[in-house]
Amino acid sequence: MPRRDDIASVLVIGSGPIVIGQASEFDYSGTQACRALTAEGYRVVLVNSNPATIMTDPEVAHRTYIEPLTVEIIESVIAREHPDALLPTLGGQTGLNLAIALHEAGTLERYGVEMIGAKPQAIATAEDRGLFRAAMQEIGLRVPDSGFAYGLSEALEIGKRIGFPVIVRPSYILGGGGTGIAHSAEELERIAAAGLDASPINEILIERSIAGWKEYELEVMRDRADNCVIVCSIENFDPMGVHTGDSITVAPAQTLSDEEYQQMRDAAFACIRRIGVETGGSNIQFAVNPENGEMVVIEMNPRVSRSSALASKATGFPIAKIAARLAVGYTLDEITNDITGETPASFEPSIDYVVTKVPRWAFEKFPEIPDVLGTRMQSVGEAMAIGRSFPESLQKALRSLETGRAGLNCDPAEQLLGRFSDEELIERARVATPDRPFLIEAALRRGVSVQRLHEECGVDPWFLDQVNRICEERARLANFSGPAELSRRDWKRAKRLGFSDAQLAYLWGADEATVRAARLAAGVQATFKTVDTCAAEFAARTPYHYSTYEDTSEVQPATKKTVVILGSGPNRIGQGVEFDYCCVQASYALHDAGFETVMVNCNPETVSTDYDTSDRLYFSPVTREDVQDVVDVEQAAGKLAGVMVALGGQTPLKLSSTIDPSLVLGTPPRSIDLAEDRERWNSLCERLGVPQPPGGSATSVEEALVIAGKVGYPVLVRPSYVLGGRAMEIVYSDEDLRRAMSSLAAGGSLGREGGLSAERPVLVDKFLEDAVEVDVDAVRDRAGEVLIGGVMEHVEEAGVHSGDSACVVPPPTLPAAAVAEIERLTGIIASALEVAGPLNVQFAVQHGRVYVLEANPRASRTVPFVSKATGVPLAKVGARVMAGATLSELRAEGLVRPAVGGFVSVKEAVLPFDRFPDADSLLGPEMRSTGEVMGIDENFGLAFAKSQLAAGDSLATGGSVFFSVADRDKPASVEAARRFVAAGFSIAATSGTAAYLESAGVPVAVVVDKLSGPKVDKLSGPKDASAQGGPKRGLDAVELIRSGKVQLVVNTPRGRGPRADGAYIRRAARHFKVPLVTTVAAAKAAAAGVEERGNRPFTVRSLQEYHERGRPA
Amino acid sequence: MKLREGLLVMADGSVFEGEVLGWGEGSRLSLATGEVVFNTVMSGYQEVLTDPSYAGQVVTFTYPHIGNYGASSLDDESRRPFCRGVVVRELTERPSNWRADEPLAAFFARHGLPAIVGVDTRRLTRLIRQEGSMAGAFGPVEGEGAFDEASLLEAARSEPSTEGRDLVREVTCAEPYSCGAGPFRVVAYDFGIKRHILHLLSKFASVTVVPATTPADSVLAMSPDGVFLSNGPGDPAAVAGAAEAVRDLLGKVPVFGICLGHQILALALGAKTYKLAFGHHGGNHPVRHIATGTVEVTSQNHNYAVAAGTFEGFSDLTHLNLNDGVVEGLSCRDLPAFSVQYHPEAGPGPHDARYLFDQFADLMRACGAKEAPAKGGLGREGPGKGAPGREGSTAPVGAAGSGLEEKVGSEALGGGREPRAGKDFEEGEGNAKA
Repeated sequence: MPRRDDIASVLVIGSGPIVIGQASEFDYSGTQACRALTAEGYRVVLVNSNPATIMTDPEVAHRTYIEPLTVEIIESVIAREHPDALLPTLGGQTGLNLAIALHEAGTLERYGVEMIGAKPQAIATAEDRGLFRAAMQEIGLRVPDSGFAYGLSEALEIGKRIGFPVIVRPSYILGGGGTGIAHSAEELERIAAAGLDASPINEILIERSIAGWKEYELEVMRDRADNCVIVCSIENFDPMGVHTGDSITVAPAQTLSDEEYQQMRDAAFACIRRIGVETGGSNIQFAVNPENGEMVVIEMNPRVSRSSALASKATGFPIAKIAARLAVGYTLDEITNDITGETPASFEPSIDYVVTKVPRWAFEKFPEIPDVLGTRMQSVGEAMAIGRSFPESLQKALRSLETGRAGLNCDPAEQLLGRFSDEELIERARVATPDRPFLIEAALRRGVSVQRLHEECGVDPWFLDQVNRICEERARLANFSGPAELSRRDWKRAKRLGFSDAQLAYLWGADEATVRAARLAAGVQATFKTVDTCAAEFAARTPYHYSTYEDTSEVQPATKKTVVILGSGPNRIGQGVEFDYCCVQASYALHDAGFETVMVNCNPETVSTDYDTSDRLYFSPVTREDVQDVVDVEQAAGKLAGVMVALGGQTPLKLSSTIDPSLVLGTPPRSIDLAEDRERWNSLCERLGVPQPPGGSATSVEEALVIAGKVGYPVLVRPSYVLGGRAMEIVYSDEDLRRAMSSLAAGGSLGREGGLSAERPVLVDKFLEDAVEVDVDAVRDRAGEVLIGGVMEHVEEAGVHSGDSACVVPPPTLPAAAVAEIERLTGIIASALEVAGPLNVQFAVQHGRVYVLEANPRASRTVPFVSKATGVPLAKVGARVMAGATLSELRAEGLVRPAVGGFVSVKEAVLPFDRFPDADSLLGPEMRSTGEVMGIDENFGLAFAKSQLAAGDSLATGGSVFFSVADRDKPASVEAARRFVAAGFSIAATSGTAAYLESAGVPVAVVVDKLSGPKVDKLSGPKDASAQGGPKRGLDAVELIRSGKVQLVVNTPRGRGPRADGAYIRRAARHFKVPLVTTVAAAKAAAAGVEERGNRPFTVRSLQEYHERGRPA
Repeated sequence: MKLREGLLVMADGSVFEGEVLGWGEGSRLSLATGEVVFNTVMSGYQEVLTDPSYAGQVVTFTYPHIGNYGASSLDDESRRPFCRGVVVRELTERPSNWRADEPLAAFFARHGLPAIVGVDTRRLTRLIRQEGSMAGAFGPVEGEGAFDEASLLEAARSEPSTEGRDLVREVTCAEPYSCGAGPFRVVAYDFGIKRHILHLLSKFASVTVVPATTPADSVLAMSPDGVFLSNGPGDPAAVAGAAEAVRDLLGKVPVFGICLGHQILALALGAKTYKLAFGHHGGNHPVRHIATGTVEVTSQNHNYAVAAGTFEGFSDLTHLNLNDGVVEGLSCRDLPAFSVQYHPEAGPGPHDARYLFDQFADLMRACGAKEAPAKGGLGREGPGKGAPGREGSTAPVGAAGSGLEEKVGSEALGGGREPRAGKDFEEGEGNAKA
């Protein structure tokens, strides 16, 4: 069937900010969809609030609305653009939920917009657990025994009927939020309450727990001619009970016989047909009883998903791209398989390798949260690895994670396991945690049997036995005294099981370089095979490679000058999709400029690892060894110009010193090192006359105390060579400083990342209180010209990590003189560091004086935001400059153009506290946001209000604001409160704050007590607080928030420790979904927002229009 | 596993390192040789190895981990493997699956099937894809009875081509036997028949399986409602007397052929067959069902095919391979006979094309077959003497407790197991050619 001609334009809804459970995989799927639809000649209108994405680049769609993802806003977009169709299945759960809401609000019908891909009825059947269950039973598929509850008593009744343990799943949620396993009525009461709360329709499914069963996923595609194919099967290493997003997963399925697999395939087809997903991809999860093969259906996602991104990368079959084309009428047999170029897409990929995905968690950012995995997804990213055996792919995936591990143990970090007895190891391995694979390996290595471990932790014996092969090989390798003794066959056997040179170096007490040299001398080097969808049955056109240890490589000679771009590895807090944006933009720009581009990355969620982003893709860990393997093979391909380390964040930057300096394009490695080496950097600044907050670097507590004594408290303590403010802290006393230093010295979670050692000292600087922080992104070329990309003023004051702070372009409050001084200092630093390419400098402005906080000679997190706020494609410019172009040449080409103005852009951070209800939601120097949103409008107030709405906090236009601020914030809070009163709000406050505000002439309507009595949890349970006993008191802060009479909470921190009053207030605000700000600066910005907003609806405008209209003549 | 260093040497001189299995303690001292073919299935290795169509061949699997779920008597497609050897990258020592009886290495040992492991099977696959089918030989290169590279090369080079060789006689049954208790009477020519086929035929027929050399009049003497032509190994043109026998049956009884049976039917009709460069061996081949326009993902295993341009005068093309345009199905225009090149019975592979068995039943009905009432449980009778049927039960998985096979399987079969009234003949007469 040909393409549909009755539709001309298609609306695509993105998934919004990166959050846990919904990450950059939807940038990948959305970008693919937009490109596919554009290539088919459709006009594409895109709405997404996330500026860090590639999909929101103005070139990807015809009209790009970076606007909050709400029904009202999207309706405004529809009213302006009149799209013919809405494609709801590529924007994650957010996109799907919005599409359903637009349908239910009648908007789609009113504007004549057809939903394509999946109809509302199909989505409802898949998403509504009752309908889904009935539908599955109708076609004879089993589902676990279950019942629906809409209240607590109902939940308890169902729990008793089914029998414990039960699993609780809220309806219409993403990433398993609000789910849990209850082993008793008491647990059920707690989990059901949270689940009811998490579900937008207050509905939970209570289900027989099948924890311990084997878990599988099938990725299915269907076209309008009812052709169905399975793209990929996935088997989880972790048994049922751990959210699939938090599980180690393996493709293809490993332990299913063909009979069982074909049954599952039949069931998947029956499911997608019954649910009625007309076209596109779906993901269906199954559980299998390992004792007898009994199979049940767990759930189905009627859209592309995290797993479909993984399946696409694992097989070379681009699910989202094909789903988009199926949605506009094509059938699978009409679409050509890109990889072979001749066979059709109506087949099922056969793969001749093993793919392993390992999640990346961020528990080190949330010390209050136990690192126990369960049915709620908690990981923030993932790494995928390809090998010719499961052990090889597992070890590659583990070293891809960049958690300081070189593989599955056999590295320095394994020594932490030495203190456990065998029984302790087993006991710990019973609980699913990020450490479980390492515990399993250690237990097997000590001789615990596969059977015993299987019984204890439920992991299938096949996986355990494969891990055991790693242990056995290690024992054999340990018999060699050093790398010189190994024969070619010995080396090959070790490398085929995934041992990295770093692991072998550790085993033999040798140096990694020595190991590599000995191995190469023995004739064993990495070979590169191709991901081709067909197990080599047909020739592959697309060079998508992975390394392994075989006889021959398949990399073809290069035809043009080649640039290797090193990617940023798994998404994590501090290093996310922004860096992928930079790598992808660079690849596009360099390809256009006539280079052959080569991408190296291991993150399956990204656009960078799409096989058609670059001329060649190496799906590979971004480590010293693996990068060198790529460099070697690319050098052999004949035309290697160099390697770009400055685009993927700290990950590739850290490798700059391990690569031949003559191959590093752009800023030389010695400058990178100079910027990171605190002593040398300080003396450089001194020489240049660049003012810095006073401070120094320390390798011991004593040295730190001396520095603090010299500069005075508060001081900022941070390790060098880290991103995202890892372990960064503001310290107010000697005692605190001692504690901070000893936790760094002990290694702690940071030690595992390899961030702290004798050669990486701790920086101790005077902390500038109440300073305004400013970020600058710039590019300097080899001719010495410096292009200031953007000057961003932070809303939150210095001390809040720049990644967690809202920031604004152009700067709303900085005096012109300060901006000029910032630009001047940026130029001086850029020249002194001999920067050739992108540069990010952070400043603090205190009492009109400008200080430099740090400089990073690489593309920064804010590059995509600045590019969208100014219309200057900064990542492309930076990449071209690194490859040798000058800014004046790029100006002549039209790539460098004047920044546009006439509007204000606000970037706001999105924090994961809804996932971690027990974590304190304070902002600080340690970055904890997972993503960002952007608000654009004609003035700061409106842009800020939009950014808050996009981040999930709708600023009310009237009602009450509750203030509870620290003493040092009281003077500044007066202005904020006054502005809220002027905008028609009433003020509530805790007694101290209220007294201060009233003394300053601000009327306070409600005064609440400090938190009363014992710090009982007032959040859960339906009971009235007064019924909990004790004397009746006035309303306290938590009770006030719970009453629903407050529309905004302003709470700034005082005192340390998570159980201070403030922590309860913040937790209550989050729990009852009342917008919360934790700095006075943000409160002022919010006031500006409500002033500007008034009661008018927001207006929307596309990025293309902003860039056109704003362009200077 | 007892492993020795070994080599696989191909007829073009390419050498592959690995470790061999099956040469322990002097138990096997000759080398393994045959035409090397690659199969791209990711599950179903045992069904592949016991498919008699691989007689004379060495099978290499493109999927690297083979043996993960062990070997099970439930998964045998015939009484033993007829292939000459196995090439894999990784052989699992410790399988994990509730259905497993033994590790795959034990299965190899039991059947004296030699294997070479640790091979760069992707390089081997690419070699075959680029250079075409080729013989190879492997064996140990260390220890007692070791071979050297030159002798392996010599063996590979002297391995005769499958062209013109009657491999069917190595695999066909010696005596007729019967199975199934369905209402139709079907005679199945055993050119190397798979148990999955018998299982599916048994759902609606009482099947008499006959040796490949059975003459047409002996078959007609059994007055069958239909004749089935099975899959089998090698060159269809070399199967002694088969095409002649089928020619004598055509028009007298409905005929359904699969794989080699399809090629023999085509030869009987006067079409030509030819050898493909490296054949189709896998479970993911897209085939267009021309009548409906839909695509079936199919299981395939053949090195020969029916030549386009040689059958159009008397047959319609019903199925077409979308990867390379190979003829995948034919239907006689004036006679009640049809056939497919691929394996609708699966085993291993997808179930997309199982409707073809219903089509066979429909054709027999349309040709006036009187359906006898079913005797006892459908398809539950044990296999006869020398039969390849499974011990005990022909139900592959359904009996094991999941219930899915019953549900989904029967839907896919379109209810073909229930006997229907005989008047279908009058109504269906005009459809005999459909």
